[in-house]
Amino acid sequence: MRWVIEPGFWSSSSVQVALAVGGASAVVSAVVGVFTVLRGQSFAGHALTDVSTAGGSGALLLGVSPIIGFVGLGIIGAGVMDAIGVRRLRGRDLATGIVLGASIGLAALILYLDSTSRATTGATQQILFGSIFTIQASTVPVVVALGVAALALVVGLYRPLLLSTVGPEMAAARGVPERLVGVLFMAAMAVAVGLSSLTIGAILSTALLIGPAAASVRLTRRIGWSLVLAVLGVAACWIGVLLAYDSYYWTPGHRAVPVSFFIVALVFCFYLASGLGAGRD
Amino acid sequence: MFSSCMTNAWTVATIVAVIAGVVGFFVVLRGAAFPAHAIPNGAFAGAAAANVWGFNPLAGLTVCAVLAAVGIGTLGRRGRHDVATALALVMMLAVGAVFLGLSQEYEPAVYSLLFGEVLGVSSSQLLPVAGLALICLAAVTVLYRPLLLSSVTSEMSEARGLRSYRIDMAFLIVLALATAMTVPVVGALLIFSLMIGPPAAARAFTSRPGVAIILSVTIALATVWSAIALSYLSNWPIGFFVGVNSALSYATGRIWTRWPRAGRISFPR
Repeated sequence: MRWVIEPGFWSSSSVQVALAVGGASAVVSAVVGVFTVLRGQSFAGHALTDVSTAGGSGALLLGVSPIIGFVGLGIIGAGVMDAIGVRRLRGRDLATGIVLGASIGLAALILYLDSTSRATTGATQQILFGSIFTIQASTVPVVVALGVAALALVVGLYRPLLLSTVGPEMAAARGVPERLVGVLFMAAMAVAVGLSSLTIGAILSTALLIGPAAASVRLTRRIGWSLVLAVLGVAACWIGVLLAYDSYYWTPGHRAVPVSFFIVALVFCFYLASGLGAGRD
Repeated sequence: MFSSCMTNAWTVATIVAVIAGVVGFFVVLRGAAFPAHAIPNGAFAGAAAANVWGFNPLAGLTVCAVLAAVGIGTLGRRGRHDVATALALVMMLAVGAVFLGLSQEYEPAVYSLLFGEVLGVSSSQLLPVAGLALICLAAVTVLYRPLLLSSVTSEMSEARGLRSYRIDMAFLIVLALATAMTVPVVGALLIFSLMIGPPAAARAFTSRPGVAIILSVTIALATVWSAIALSYLSNWPIGFFVGVNSALSYATGRIWTRWPRAGRISFPR
């Protein structure tokens, strides 16, 4: 066992926080992700991660907890994307791209201001690539509360959301308020992205949102099962935390490999493996 | 602002804007915004690896951008295209993050790779960039007709015997080359703005491909030049101005299309 889990893994409080935050964000991302993949909104999901990059760096600038910036600006970004027409299939990529580009520009400015005005070193790396081991224990309740809220939103929307995902025409005929459902879903997506930004960094959070969901959608055609299978993401998170903790002892120089890398790599492997497992598309 | 140490910045930025304007036109036409965003991020891993092993960054960028393009093309062949793009993107970014960790780079290096550092371009970088630009332009010229045909009506181009998968792949590789030369200038995250905003605006003003390409290059040039000037004057990062200018040009195009004019015939876009 010593070979698998290095000493002090379980007793370290930053590991406990990392496991809790990683697990919570993976569950939320998985559930929201299945709908994101089915609705073909991967690009929108990715754009939200860049919006929350700007939010997270803004939060550092103002001196508030990054989670507030990640989620707050994410929800605003979701609203803007809806307003300029992310719903329509045609021109949707373009509208998404413009929001994405503008928010990256904003992030460039804010990160620059971060590094010049507050002398915080590592802001760029912390926001973009995550720093799960430095999360304070006081953040955990906030993370759990936001996660529960996002899950509740998806559960509450479950039937109309599913209907408008698989059969937009039928949904329209049944009188489902599609625009409202779309906006609320984007809000849930913003929360999911915000939480995983905390875990693996803002520009990598797409991995947790899309990866496990895409793998599970490939493996089963039943939506319930795919929601359950998407919890693969939790495994990726926890194994990633473990490997990153261990990697400190791998090299003589004690240079730990970032957690984000392991999580993203595991998610990517899951996706590739699901292709082999499914054998069809 | 126009002193000799700025000459390189102006030259490189001009080359980059021309390429972004031309290649970006096809990106917008083909709805390839997501791959156009993903490939630069893949190139980021190459630049980071070049940092670790000390080889030429442009070589690292080119190799990784092409790898990302081939990866996206191949993974997207089976399975959902946008999912494949998203996952290839984050995978390359994560690899880049590891390399940056290994090289013990400071913050500014990470920042300039992602958000650009046009003012730090050296004369020795000019020639390779110009070379890659020429290759890109030549490739677009050769591919012009099949690209246009397969972008507009994929059924008709299939009937004409064009393999859409091959054209896709060829286009992704052109995109990768264009990306590799652009990353050192405007950064991995911002090339995308330059490739989307100006062409999208150009397409709002005209539906003729030739005119649209010229217009898109013009807008891209205006975007980059004003971004350099503003960044020089305000000392704020150039990336911010590129992002904002490009969004503004898109907004202008949108307002123009919405504006009611007498006798105007609107084409489906």
